[in-house]
Amino acid sequence: MTGKKVKVAIVGPGNIGTDLMYKVFRSQYLEMSLMIGVVESEGIKRARDKGVETSTEGIDYLVRHPEKADIVFDATTAKAHINFNAPACEKMGKIIIDLTPAAIGKIVTPMVNIDEALKVKNVNLITCGGQATTPIIHAISRVVPLEYAEVVTSVASKSAGPGTRNNIDEYTQTTAKAILQLTDTERAKVMTVFNPAVPEPPMRNTIFGIPKGEYDIKEVAKSVEAMAKSIQEYVPGYELTLSPIIERDIITTIVSIYGQGDFLPPYAGNLDIETASAIKIGELYAQHMMEKGGN
Amino acid sequence: MKIKVVDTTLRDGSHAVEHQFTPQQVQAVVKGLDEAGVYCAEVGHGAGIGGSVLQYGLGKHDTVELIRAAKDVSKNMKIGTLLVPGLGTMEDLKAGKDAGLDMVRVAVHCTEGDVGAQHVKLGKSLGLESIMFFMMTHMTSPEELAEQAVMAEDYGADVIYFADSAGFMSPNQFADRIIAARKRISIPIGVHTHNNIGLGVGNAIAGIEAGATYVDGATEGLGAGSGNGNTAAIVVVLDKMGYQTGCDWYKLVENGQKNVRPLVRHSLEITGDSITLGAAGIYSSFLLHVKESSEKYNIDPRLIYDELARRKVVGGQEDQIIDICQEILAERENK
Repeated sequence: MTGKKVKVAIVGPGNIGTDLMYKVFRSQYLEMSLMIGVVESEGIKRARDKGVETSTEGIDYLVRHPEKADIVFDATTAKAHINFNAPACEKMGKIIIDLTPAAIGKIVTPMVNIDEALKVKNVNLITCGGQATTPIIHAISRVVPLEYAEVVTSVASKSAGPGTRNNIDEYTQTTAKAILQLTDTERAKVMTVFNPAVPEPPMRNTIFGIPKGEYDIKEVAKSVEAMAKSIQEYVPGYELTLSPIIERDIITTIVSIYGQGDFLPPYAGNLDIETASAIKIGELYAQHMMEKGGN
Repeated sequence: MKIKVVDTTLRDGSHAVEHQFTPQQVQAVVKGLDEAGVYCAEVGHGAGIGGSVLQYGLGKHDTVELIRAAKDVSKNMKIGTLLVPGLGTMEDLKAGKDAGLDMVRVAVHCTEGDVGAQHVKLGKSLGLESIMFFMMTHMTSPEELAEQAVMAEDYGADVIYFADSAGFMSPNQFADRIIAARKRISIPIGVHTHNNIGLGVGNAIAGIEAGATYVDGATEGLGAGSGNGNTAAIVVVLDKMGYQTGCDWYKLVENGQKNVRPLVRHSLEITGDSITLGAAGIYSSFLLHVKESSEKYNIDPRLIYDELARRKVVGGQEDQIIDICQEILAERENK
């Protein structure tokens, strides 16, 4: 590996892909090399205007020019990921960071299981709710295991795309499954509310936990506060609205997320945490690769 | 003109008893409603099937179990339930169908119909009477609401319901919504009202006069907030106006006195709290949650309602009460 940055390609030049691109521009570890779509589009034009090489030939373009990227961000659809982008990257041995709901790769949140994720080449970002809440539930359950965790997520209606709105069960169930996989919790339930208020509210997640056994709420609060702080390093708008308290014998805490307003509007914290987490994971891969390359 | 009466005592009323209905209580009420000629009884957790969560309060018995109990004793009356997408799931609906469900009302915020499209379609494919139920309809305009109703008709909904979930609207405001939708859709419209400012029965009647042919009521008015329009009273008024409900109002009264009144835990009267909730336009199920927090922390409920209104909360956002109270307490300490 030469140079200080790792080249990346973004597949899917929509809102998410464009927001990712803006974040890559800022990255110390990633270089925006290629924006890939399947048709000429606003997003392709936007990337070109920014001086980024573009292609409308899909992942095939990267297959023919493998030197152009070592890390691929997939901001297309579950179908495209499963049928085209994931198999192509696997064949080329490239890392693919999946922001679609395909979830065929290892699910990852940077602050919970990145070490395991770095061992594989296809990782999935779960859902926005998963990125926002699994680290907090992890932080609670490392102090006291939970019998039950419940998440109430509310997002601005305008920030939820048709993929989420038309498949709301899939969204809540995927998030709940990730909680069970990534934290010490026996049962989990996720509830989602879309709020059309104007001005648009930020993403908000209330987390309820029924603990198993004795615990000190101060220790829980300390653990959660430390976790929130570490997330703020890559999601600046991540805010601990309510540090853990005990309400009706239930551990209760609230996090709100404002976006950075890169391409997506600032209220869309739910999307910002997805793209910011993806970039964080990409950077950790890049650092990992550079360390290995330096050996 | 025929009107179909849906009694929601055993679902909306679940909020008023903190979701503690037992299968025995459900069966007693269902028998009475069936004998009184009610079209459908809605049964389940206040937040519907799959709604037993900490956010609303856990149910003593699962909604599926209550549906089964209701279905076991109902001879002619349909058994329905509510499903709130984002909370209840399609798996929950299938389990409800297996327990004998005849009707599902897919409850969405008034601007968010697309979130429930899958659930309405599943209801249809399961052979249920499948209804899209728009909540908090005061929070959007009659025209936008009619647009949502058109979408719901496209999804295949059999009926569209408009709920004044906060018990907020004046009769003409509510009627305007039914009139606007009536011009755009051909399927029946239903109305669901709350009594927070005293218009539970009045708005139900206003809705029917505007063209609704399904109406919700609750026996003894048992529902969230100050409850729903009283089913027996609605039937009495409709009788006087010459509508046919097929219901015997006196049997409804008797059923209420015998089987529902003993379950009432808190006053269903119009109170200062309910008026404040209704005036602020807050979802009725917030009433008991705000009451509990305001008593626990000695906070004026008005302060909580005003902040909830400022935040423009919708149904299912009871968690906002928690940090609002904490903020008020922190301010108080700083003084």
